[in-house]
This record gives sequence, C-alpha cells and structure tokens, in this order.
Amino acid sequence: MSGRNSLASLRENYRFFTQSRALAIGSSILAFIILVSMLGPVISLRATTEQHILERLQGPSLKYPFGTDQYGRDLLSRTLLGGRTSLILGVGAVTLGLILGIPIGLITGYFKGKTDEIVMRFMDILLSFPSLLMALLIITALGASMSHAMLAIGIANCPGISRIVRSATLSVRNEEFVPAAEARGESHLYIMASEIFPNILPPTIIEGTIRIGFAMLIGASLSFLGLGVQPPQADWGLMIRDSREYLFLSPWPLICPGTALGITIIGFNLFGDGLRDVIGGTE
Amino acid sequence: MDSTVLEIRDLSVHFETPRGKVHALRDLSLEIGPEETLGVAGESGSGESTLAYAIMRYLSPNGRITKGEILFMGENLLDKDKGELRRIWGNRIAMVYQDPKSSLNPSKRIGHQIAEVFQIHQSRPTKEAWDRMLGLLSLVNIPDPAFNAEKYPHQLSGGMQQRVIIAMALACGPSLLIMDEPTTGLDVTTQARIIELIDDLKRKVRASILYITHDLSVIAQVSDRVGILYAGELVEMGPVERVFHFPVHPYTKGLLGALPRIELEKQFKPIRGKLPDLTQIPSHCIFFPRCDYGEGICANQLPKLQRVEEGHLAKCFRWKEAFVARGEEVPLRPLREVRPPGQPILETDHVKKYYSETNYVARWLGFPIPDVKAVDDVSFHIGQGEVFALVGESGCGKTTLGRVVTKLLRPTAGKVLFYKRRPRREEIFLAHEFRRYVQIVFQHPDSSLNPMKKIGAIIERPLKLQGLSKAERSKSTRELLELVKLDPGYLERYPKQLSGGEKQRVAIARAFALNPEFIVLDEPVSALDVSIQASIITLLMELKASRDLSFLFISHDLSLVRHIADRIGVMYLGKLCELGEAEKIFTHPCHPYTKALLSSIPVPDPSISREAIRLEGSVPSAQNPPMGCRFHTRCPSKMGRICEETPPSFIPVGEDHWVACHIPLEQLQEATLSERIETQ
Repeated sequence: MSGRNSLASLRENYRFFTQSRALAIGSSILAFIILVSMLGPVISLRATTEQHILERLQGPSLKYPFGTDQYGRDLLSRTLLGGRTSLILGVGAVTLGLILGIPIGLITGYFKGKTDEIVMRFMDILLSFPSLLMALLIITALGASMSHAMLAIGIANCPGISRIVRSATLSVRNEEFVPAAEARGESHLYIMASEIFPNILPPTIIEGTIRIGFAMLIGASLSFLGLGVQPPQADWGLMIRDSREYLFLSPWPLICPGTALGITIIGFNLFGDGLRDVIGGTE
Repeated sequence: MDSTVLEIRDLSVHFETPRGKVHALRDLSLEIGPEETLGVAGESGSGESTLAYAIMRYLSPNGRITKGEILFMGENLLDKDKGELRRIWGNRIAMVYQDPKSSLNPSKRIGHQIAEVFQIHQSRPTKEAWDRMLGLLSLVNIPDPAFNAEKYPHQLSGGMQQRVIIAMALACGPSLLIMDEPTTGLDVTTQARIIELIDDLKRKVRASILYITHDLSVIAQVSDRVGILYAGELVEMGPVERVFHFPVHPYTKGLLGALPRIELEKQFKPIRGKLPDLTQIPSHCIFFPRCDYGEGICANQLPKLQRVEEGHLAKCFRWKEAFVARGEEVPLRPLREVRPPGQPILETDHVKKYYSETNYVARWLGFPIPDVKAVDDVSFHIGQGEVFALVGESGCGKTTLGRVVTKLLRPTAGKVLFYKRRPRREEIFLAHEFRRYVQIVFQHPDSSLNPMKKIGAIIERPLKLQGLSKAERSKSTRELLELVKLDPGYLERYPKQLSGGEKQRVAIARAFALNPEFIVLDEPVSALDVSIQASIITLLMELKASRDLSFLFISHDLSLVRHIADRIGVMYLGKLCELGEAEKIFTHPCHPYTKALLSSIPVPDPSISREAIRLEGSVPSAQNPPMGCRFHTRCPSKMGRICEETPPSFIPVGEDHWVACHIPLEQLQEATLSERIETQ
C-alpha cells in the first residue's frame, strides 16, 4: 500500500469515529484504557506484589501516585495490572458468549419451526436467571478461578446474544438472496455462514461491545465475592473486596479500582451506542 | 392571474446529502386553475414527491427551498410561519398519501378518526360531527357508513382504507387536494374503482387536484392537464389529450413508447441510458445524453420552456424535429414467435400448498386453526420453448406457486414434474441436476443480491458450484456480464452502487450462470421504472430465443403479459380460473374474473373511456375461502346456489382454452368486452 493510500484510509477512519460524539468519546476512553493496561508493567514503577508494610494505606504521593493498600503495595501498578485482568475477563467472556450464541441464533433463526421452538424456550429459561446468579451456579459447580469465571459469564451471556442473532437472522432470511441461494443448490451451512452471517455481523458486533462492559462488571462482582480471580493476582473486583475492611482508614484502595472500572464500562457502552448510531444510520 | 388556485414560480429545491447537494427540483413553474386536475408524472427520482412535500412544506430536514414562490390563492406559502400554515393545511389544502395503511391511526375507529377533523380536542364526537362524517363516508362510496364507521383500519381492505383517507382529506372542504400516488400498491381492480371515485368526486366536490404518480395510464384517465417531470425539471406540459396524442418532448415520447399496451398497438421500447446524477447539473439539456434527437445546441445550452401551441409547452430546442419524426415508429414485432406447442417441460399435477399457523398454544387448547390455502389444487403444463404467464392480483398465490415449481417450497399435496431435453427427454429426479435446469429471478433486485458481496462474486458462485476452474470461472463471469449488457467494471462493485435495473441484470446473469433450461420469473420488472422495464423484458426475450428456454412468467401486469406470453393461467385465491392460449384469453376472455381484470387495466390514452367491470367487496381470506366457486362472493354474474355450493371444474372452451365456471359456455363467450381488446 502506498503512503497516500494509508493516509486516505486513516482519514476515512478518523471520519468514521467522529461521526457520532458517543463513538468518538467511547473509542478515546477505550483506546486510553487498553493502551495503559497493556503497557502497565512498563509504566508502573514497582512489581505488583512487592510489599512495603511500613508504608501501608497511604494516600497519593510522589512515590506512590495512587497511594498504597493494606500491605503497602503500589495501587497504581495494581490498578493498571488489574485492568488487564478485567479486560481479558470481559472480552474473553463475551467472545465465549458469541462463539456459543451465534451458531445457536443462526440455526434457530434459519430453520425456524420445531428446532427454534425447543432451543429458544430453553434459552428463555436460561435468560430468566439473573446473570450473576447464573454465573454463581456455574462457579459453585466448577470451583472458583478466573477461567471458570470467564466460562460462567460467557454461558450467562449466550442466551441474550443468541436472541439478538436470531432476530437478525430472521429478518435477513426474508431477503430474496436466501431463496436464490437455495435455488442454485447451496447447502444450509453455506447459506448460513456465507450469505446470512456477513449481514448479521454489524448488529452482533454492536451487541458484543455493549456486553463487554457488563461482563466486566459481573466479573468484578464475582471477584468481590471471592469466586472469580484469586489473590495475589491483581483484579479490580478483588481490590475492591480487599479495600472494604480498611475503608475508613484510607479510601484510596477503593477509589482507584472503582473509578477505573466505572470509566471502562462507560467507555464500552458509549462505544457500542455510538457504533449503533453510525452503522445503524447507513444501513 | 386571479383564477389560479395554486401557482408555483421558479421553484428550486435541493437536499444536503453526504454526496453533495442533490438538486431535486429546478426552476419549476406550474399553475392549477379552480376545479382543475393537474397530473404530474415522472419516474422515480424525477422529483414528483419532492414537489408535493414542498407545497405542504413537509420537506425532510435536509431539504432546502432555494428559490421561487408557491402561491396559494395569491398568498406565498413560503412566507408563512407554522401557525399560519397549520390553518391552511387540512382546511384549504389536503393531502392523500401513497400508503393508506400508515396514514391511518391503527388504534382508532375510522369514524372517530374522520369526525376528529371537525372537532379537534374533544374526546367524544358530537352528533353533528358524526353526521357529517357519515355523509363523507357515503360520498366516497363506502357501503353502509354507519356500520363501517365503527371499524378499525386493519379491518378494511386497502381500497377501503384509501377511500377513508380521501374522505378525511375532503372533510374540511379544501380548495386544493394533493394526491401522491394514491393508487400505487393497490390491485388493478381496486385501482379502477378508486380512479372511478376520483372522477366522480371531481364532479361533486369543487376542489382542484394535483395528482402525482409514475403511472402514465392513470394520469391519462384522471387529469385535465398533465406535466411531465424528468430529473427535477418540467419538460412538457399541456392539456391531457394533446400531450398523450401529440407528445413533442423526446422524453414524453420515449416514456409513452416504453409502456406496454394491452391493445398490442405497437412495440414498446426502452429509453436508453439512465437518470443523471442530480448532484452535478450539466449546463446543457438534462435529457440530452438519452435523447434520440439531440444535436449541437442541445449539448451547449439549457433549453427553456417553449410554446408548442395554446397551453402546450415543451422544454426542448428540437421539438419540431421530434414531433415530425413521430411517423417512424417501430412496427409491431411480436416479442414472441408463433410456434407449434412443444412437448411439456413442466407439469404440475393437482398441486396444493397450505401454510399452517405455528400457534402451538391454540393447538394444544384445541382451537381449530384453518390452514392458509395459498395454492389449492392447480394443474397446468408448460411446453418446451413457451412463455407461460401466471397472472392474478396480490395474494392469489402466484408467487407461492412459483416457489413450489422451483422446489423452494415443498407442496402439501400434488406433484411437480420436470423433463429435461438433453441428451434425451426424461424426468429429472436428482436434486443437484434439478437446480441446474431450473432457475428463478426474483421481484426485488434490492433484496435478491447479497449486499455484502461484490457483483463478481455473486455471478461466480453458481459457476463454482459447477466445479469450473478459476480461469474458466473468470472467463464465464465476464461473458455473463456481457450477456446482460453490463461492462466488466461492474465486477468489483457492490450491489448498492448499482441502479435497480442494473441489479436486475446481475440477478438475471446469476440465474443464467448455471445454463438452465427453465426459468421462473417472479415479477422481474414490477419494481423497476417504465423506461427500464422495457429493456429488461427485451433482454429476457432475446436470451430466451437464443438459448431456446422456457419461462414461467409471474406478473400482475396484464399489458406486459400480452406482449410476451404464449399461454396464460389466471389465478384467483389459490385456484386457476382460466387457462389456455394467451391470444384467446386476451381476445375472448370467458371467466367473469378474467373479464373484470382485463377491463380494469388503465390505458395511457385519455380519449378511451373506460368501463371497468366493478368487483364488489374485497378478496376473501385464504384461510377461510368461500365454499363452491371461490369467486362467487364478488362475481358480477353469479348464478345462484350452484356457485355457492359446488366448486366448478375446468371445461374446455376451445382448443387449449379452459375455464372453471358454472355459467353456460355460450353465455360466457358473449363478447362483453369493449372493442379495444379486439385489435388486429
């Protein structure tokens, strides 16, 4: 690709992201959060498990920009690293939800009839549990760990995602290019994967991005309950749990991860909403 | 001039879009006198709806009126504020919109909706308002007004809904009525009744009408004067007889020439090229690139409206030359060749397709839910090399039948048999073989091409299924594009970058990629503009002749069918009511429904007065079709008990001509049709 071309595509991208204010703000927040938490170990001054017991529960200072926790660990480093854990948990869980939900939604929406009726009623049952309760049930069965939390949140997300995919599939299925594909003898698999799937991708992506924020929130809740990420790994939910006992001695161990979590979730929601405005507007 | 109701002077409107300014209307001037009906005709994108919305000041937020005046009774509407306009809207200018379904409030009884107009802000209609409402309903010929006033909009048929809309528009006795495509989307028999109503109202109500439509045949029937719009400019304007009988602008001529005529008067031919991009307005005649008569001056200067005769104007430098050239019309060359009937390539044997409702709860509770009988016991055959047309109004089951024939739907009962010719005549059993021999082209070019795929990929896919190598595929793809007269540049484009006609060409290329012998054409041109329709039909017929194909042509447009079909089947509510050789059915229709259908077709000629056979009521539900003959509820020549009790079976009328009716043959064959059908 020539230089002019990539410049043009850069400008195109710029224009895409500035079409909607929500999208512009959301993507800036996310870009910042992702950059910072990926670069976490480089930026932070100290190892996250390094304890300075004499300097515990301090407020922000030059040495510890965000203060320290009850073991005298650097809160900046832990918040940055915790971000990475939370992001991986959220993105991973939603990816899992998509991997499970897309085929279910596609198949039920495409075949309709009895398959649809049975599978979707089962999904309705899953959907009727609050996602946190659902995740709790799964974790109780499997045991507490980060990967199990991811799995649990993924499964809890699957019914919602499959509903969205199914309704998008139902409307695409009515387009005439589907019977046209049948008329030339395409297999069901080809029609679903190659004719319908590209057309349901935009709404699915939007749904996925909005869900990442919520998945992170549930992940944090699980960690808070001690059922998600296990210590000494850094995680926002875990940090909030640990801070609780010392809340009145120093609020900083609570404020740092809490604010970070809030901003990230707002970022994902704005990004998803903005994406919906932009993509929804051009279709 | 005091005697005008509406006068528009030099109106220009543009829309701000991401692509730039779209100049939708440019320097448009017209006037409507008292009690006059002005018809404005134009193809899609010519700005006719923009005109209506500009007068109502309902332009979408990105629309700007940049120039001109809209004088209503001498007052400029463009100077008025919202409050003043609100007093004029409804009261003195009323509008009838295209889609009756979305113009009525679905949660209110129609009587209340109309009475509301008389007394805004009162919950219960007063006695006086109610009486006036009943008067309006009977004015628009709604039977039993007191009974129907209590109905909700969804309980009325499309034609009745449109009557209610018209009644509402007339409520305050407006001086000007703007009708934007009021009959588009209605069936031809319903359309005939609405046009009849408008004609009737013109005499009873003292209002001027601005009638906007794309359908020249309708315009010819309703207007006193017509204006022809092209790409945002008024290109010709004059009294309806003059414009239709002596069109001078090349576009008007082209448009009239592109219209298939039921009388088989002459060949219909397309206008070449396509609508210009309205973001860049050339400094020459806007029609020049598509004009047959253009020369030097047309490419350099902008023409002004020139006076042809009293009240007849045309925006053309060379209208005299164009007018003189009218003798050299292409003589009628039937698109179909007369040929002995070939051996059957397709036979349907008592095919039924019922849809059952998937309401499991009701079924468990034991409520009987009757099946929707979309196609009910239909048998016919299509010979080799034949164009068999299936005609009927919306909801008659013709599309379902088309899909059963292509095995996209499995019939509930009955059989569809296909025979291949090469290497020898035998029935096709194998599914993959069937898919190669039988293809289908759909109605909506927008929806039949996957928007996420490039044209090249769309056409190449069927070839890939055949197992051709990459080199062969790319060669064939190019050949196919050439076949449908598109250049190879289209391979890399996406469907949304193409116009409707071009998309339909791609859909045809895709259907031909498998080299089929039989093609189902499901309303292939009904979503396209008239000037493009003709070129698609010509293309299809050329391909048919060169490849010796057979077509099942599904259409509601009988004028078009007349030009291309060898044999036809007329469908009503899931059943065939008349079947046979096209020429015989068009010249000597037997079934009362066929007669009504044929008589309802509007003719683009204002001097032909129409006497449509009226069909009462609306099409019954296919879930509970009438007993006996399905048509008996609306049949103008119903005989009595036998029609209500016994379903008629097919009886032969002549060689290859059957009719399903209880009425004795001699009576059916009496020529009830006006002479216009019997030409040649």
